[in-house]
Amino acid sequence: MATSPSYIAETLGRRTSRGFFARLRGGDEIAYLVTLACAVSILLIVGLIVFELWFHSRATFTAFGFRFLTSSKWDPNADKYGALPFIYGTCLTSFLGMLLAVPLGVAASIFLAEMAPPKLSNFLTFLIELLAAVPSVIYGLIGIFVLVPAIKTYLVPPLKSAFGYLPIFEGTFYGLSFLSAGIVLSVMIVPFIISVSREVLMAVPTEQREAALALGATKWETTWDIVLPNAATGIFGSIFLALARALGETMAVTMVVGNSPKISASLLSPGYSIAAVIANEFAEANGNLYISSLIFMALVLFGLTIVINALARIFIMTTQQKGSQA
Amino acid sequence: MMMEISASRRIVNAVMLTLSGVCTVLVVSVLFFILGYLLLHGVSSLNWDFFTKLPKPSGETGGGMANAILGSAKVLLLATLIGVPIGFLAGVFLAEYSGKNFAFAIRYVVDLLNGVPSIVIGIVAYTLVVRPMGHYSAFAGGTALGIMMIPIAVRTTEEFLRAIPNNIREGAMALGATRAKTIFTVVIPAAISGLTSGMMLNLARVAGETAPLLFTALGNQFWSNGYLAPIATLPVMIYNYAIAPEEDLHQQAWAAGFVLLTLVLIINVTARLIIARGPAAQRR
Repeated sequence: MATSPSYIAETLGRRTSRGFFARLRGGDEIAYLVTLACAVSILLIVGLIVFELWFHSRATFTAFGFRFLTSSKWDPNADKYGALPFIYGTCLTSFLGMLLAVPLGVAASIFLAEMAPPKLSNFLTFLIELLAAVPSVIYGLIGIFVLVPAIKTYLVPPLKSAFGYLPIFEGTFYGLSFLSAGIVLSVMIVPFIISVSREVLMAVPTEQREAALALGATKWETTWDIVLPNAATGIFGSIFLALARALGETMAVTMVVGNSPKISASLLSPGYSIAAVIANEFAEANGNLYISSLIFMALVLFGLTIVINALARIFIMTTQQKGSQA
Repeated sequence: MMMEISASRRIVNAVMLTLSGVCTVLVVSVLFFILGYLLLHGVSSLNWDFFTKLPKPSGETGGGMANAILGSAKVLLLATLIGVPIGFLAGVFLAEYSGKNFAFAIRYVVDLLNGVPSIVIGIVAYTLVVRPMGHYSAFAGGTALGIMMIPIAVRTTEEFLRAIPNNIREGAMALGATRAKTIFTVVIPAAISGLTSGMMLNLARVAGETAPLLFTALGNQFWSNGYLAPIATLPVMIYNYAIAPEEDLHQQAWAAGFVLLTLVLIINVTARLIIARGPAAQRR
């Protein structure tokens, strides 16, 4: 490894032995300082993001305090702002997306890591990575013109006739809704669950599988009882990673969620999300408090995704280290 | 003595394994579903005007997206100029100079930056560039996308430089080259194909970004002069046309979607093939 401690110690020793300015002329110290500056500037950029979001959203915080997060009144004309409908929509659509994507993604990663022959697995993973590369506005395009009409004709009528009495399937379905956004989101985040989960599963030592198979377990029992528990933290990590994506996803949700700031228990009714309201209203927002409220919601979204991402990274790291130690 | 596996266990085994295969097929088929629909709707609405004409004022049919195609290219050029140097040099630092703990901290922050929703980056580009300048601009859009390019630039650079075996560095230094000379004339050229492919993937990833451009680059019905005026971009055009009521604009949105996805996928496939054949893949 290029950065083993002894290697570093050696270079540090040499740096002092030859004198700072002599090396500066040789370009060596310049290269070190320039690359160091770039690395540190990334920390500064992240710091700047936090500062800018906080600085430009103070007005909302002084005007409403934490009531901003619990109030459901969003009325720019009266200069009254509350974020609850958007927080509710973001959480509900992400939850729906996860509900569909997690079983699908984990099952597919089991197939790719445990069953498919390596060549097939690599090829399918390649295709799934391409799926992850599809821009979100394209998902939105397909969502509006293909998926929403399909949901309207094929999915909602049977759902309503079977479960219409439940409050979550109440009301008329016009197409753009929490349900549509959740389904589009699930398709978008599945590739992230698969690619990370597959790697985590493949990091589980082969000996564990061989031991279970030798004791007479079937392939599925080996996977379910031995491999999955070993990889569980990492898979949780991949799920958290996908959740952070879902919470912050903007374009596809904006295009299919219906953009109406209402809190409704029914999945069939139109709603809104934090990212969607920023995308829709920010460019036209006038008035300090209006802009500040939108930026405050961006800060909430930022905080939420940072915490979830941080947890996800820790989960993934601990599993991969466990795998390499065994 | 062989132990018999009971029928129920065998059935569970077969059913669950089949189900996992079905899930995989389901996910992969989404890609072909998307490609199919864009081919179906996109190609039929694609014509020469699309690449050469300006958008028509609302109400009239016809016109193209020539300004948005050039606009996307200009914004992406700015993004590359802003994001790639910082990310690349930081990646060099992580792979070649940094100590373990500091590298861990930087890498962690880079991963967090990668997870920041694009719309939030857009807001920050707005408060940092649009507000002080007083107007929307290609430069503001480029700043937003440039910040988004940094994390992947760092991670690809670090990964591909680490894949270069240490004896190459030792050989150069044994010949009397300084650290910097070793890195910039021996190590980086050895990794260059992986590095460029990684940067292409990075570019393809932000090429489709829409959210951070909505209130930085904004949009423009006409050609945009220089880099300090509002500018039309392909993803924003797709969004605006898709939610517009006119059927003609929907057709153009499909055509633009087809062009964008084709570009993104071609870059992805080429770059991934180059990486898969490179030295980094063989060492894995």
